[in-house]
Amino acid sequence: MTADLVLEGVHKSYGQSAVLHGIDLALAAGEMLVIVGASGCGKSTLLRLVAGLESLTAGRVLLAGQDITARDPAARDIAMVFQNYALYPHMSVFDNMAYGLRIRGRSRSEIARRVEETAALLGLGELLARKPRQLSGGQRQRVAMGRAIVREPKLFLFDEPLSNLDAKLRVSMRAEIRRLQRRLGVTSLYVTHDQVEAMTLGDRLLVLHQGRAVQLATPMEVFERPADSYVAGFIGAPAMNFLSATLLPGGGGADLGPLGRLEFADGPRPGPAGRRLTLGIRPEHVALDPAGIPFTVDLVEPLGSETVLIGRLPQGEMLALKRAGGPPPAETLAIVLPPAQFHVFDAASGLRLDPARAAG
Amino acid sequence: MERRTIFPGWRLPLLLVAPQLLLTLVFFYWPAAEGLWQSLTRTDAFGIHTRFVGLANFAALFADPRYRSSVAITLVFCAAVTALSLGSGLVLALAADRELRGRDLYRVLLIWPYAVAPAIAAVLWLLLLNPQIGTIGRWLVALGVHWDYALNGTQALLLVIVASAWKQVSYNFLFVLAGLQSIPRAVIEAARMDGAKGFHRFRTIQLPLLAPTLFFLVIVDLVYAAFDTFGVIQAMTQGGPGRATETLVFKVYQDGVVNLDLGSSAAQSVVLMGGVILLTALQFRFLGRRVAS
Repeated sequence: MTADLVLEGVHKSYGQSAVLHGIDLALAAGEMLVIVGASGCGKSTLLRLVAGLESLTAGRVLLAGQDITARDPAARDIAMVFQNYALYPHMSVFDNMAYGLRIRGRSRSEIARRVEETAALLGLGELLARKPRQLSGGQRQRVAMGRAIVREPKLFLFDEPLSNLDAKLRVSMRAEIRRLQRRLGVTSLYVTHDQVEAMTLGDRLLVLHQGRAVQLATPMEVFERPADSYVAGFIGAPAMNFLSATLLPGGGGADLGPLGRLEFADGPRPGPAGRRLTLGIRPEHVALDPAGIPFTVDLVEPLGSETVLIGRLPQGEMLALKRAGGPPPAETLAIVLPPAQFHVFDAASGLRLDPARAAG
Repeated sequence: MERRTIFPGWRLPLLLVAPQLLLTLVFFYWPAAEGLWQSLTRTDAFGIHTRFVGLANFAALFADPRYRSSVAITLVFCAAVTALSLGSGLVLALAADRELRGRDLYRVLLIWPYAVAPAIAAVLWLLLLNPQIGTIGRWLVALGVHWDYALNGTQALLLVIVASAWKQVSYNFLFVLAGLQSIPRAVIEAARMDGAKGFHRFRTIQLPLLAPTLFFLVIVDLVYAAFDTFGVIQAMTQGGPGRATETLVFKVYQDGVVNLDLGSSAAQSVVLMGGVILLTALQFRFLGRRVAS
């Protein structure tokens, strides 16, 4: 498939402080890419650069093969859904949705037809005469979506569109956005800090950290093979547990100090003996075993179908684990850390260390 | 939720509102009542005999072509001052709303004229536009313009309009700027994404959202032009040349204080009071609607 939206070496600085350090990205037509990261990572800035609301310090933005880097937002044919909806407060729902079409000089009958079709698609048919202040949060959100959809733009931008909704509405709107985007087949960029939104909505995820693209991959790949210890800790709840270790001679295992030795299940890692490592294991992979290491429970978080336990290992290392069912029978349990479930990262760079493969 | 405090008796509440009531009584209702009574009487120039004449003062007033010409001058003056000061305030506020360097300094400079006393403002403009000593005035004369506001009534009116408007620009600027900044940035950005550019965006998004502020300012500016510009006119033209800059308020002063025709002056004051009440009622009605929406 041809790339529809392309970012090349996108840099953004405000005065001396650099916010984005060169982002490269290519979206296939109809793809939904979710940009996820903690607040301040530059994800909203990246979206606003694509929208044209901010100017690039360096780099290029191409949409459908055309360089739009210097183009005014009005001339980009991109629609954006804002976090606080940004509806025109003095206009009815109909006028809000018709505004962009009127500017493009569409005929009165075409505007009426398209607005009504879009309103029907979003279940807004009854509300067309209302003003935004007469709508609930969820309805406003739909109007904001409608205003973007009705224009049939080349690209959708979503700037944390669900973060002002209550939890239940957020889940249903999330499903609806996904359904609509698939149906309309419009290439989309979606910014969020919510990893559940990121995992469920994206064809691919772009994890941003301090203005750099850390990983660009499908949601499951990001979850199963995080590119570095930051991504590993950011995606997944509760967060991945980390233990420090050193590489054993030959690279076939790691020395966890008092916790003993670990033999890598999937092959030796490169590097000299004594290389400092960070080992990660997800809470759901920590297993209970009477023959294992003693684990003192400090905090119990029952979530209904499962329970999160936060506690300490004998040397004081904090660890979280997730088990099915209710709270545990005792305050002291015994656990094992299955070797096959470990993620291995270089302690200094944080980068993932995969088994060294034979050439060819 | 409305918060209400219930007082046990009526003494304390009465005591608390007494100062305000007393001030209003002494400085507003009493003189207003006195004026109303005076407008129905005629007093000789020495203040010895006063007799009740009914609505004769009003009848004489409305039949007087000089009064009608003063009404016309006042209408032109008010409309021009409001349009000029609101227009300039709007343009300056739009400029200040952008992100530019030295924006804070720019704002402070624009707010200064509001702090200048009317007479001082008048003198400043005289120093600029006097045909003999004014910087711009002399320049106009040198260019061959017949510029002399002491002889030309239209020029005199123009001069008091500009000076009065200048003083009110700051006020308009402040309110329009506040109004502009209360429009969420994202709304403007949404309009940009929708394809709206420049003036069209201003007309369809910012202007409608500013409308409540602008309406409020029109009323305030009209009241200002009609009632608060006495100082400017007195210092610049004293209503002249002839009666070219004699607004209604200036005429009240001229007829009552200078010419000592107290009955007619009082009748004019009552008419003006009617005007103020009308404007205030308009504004209250409008503000009430805005709170309710």
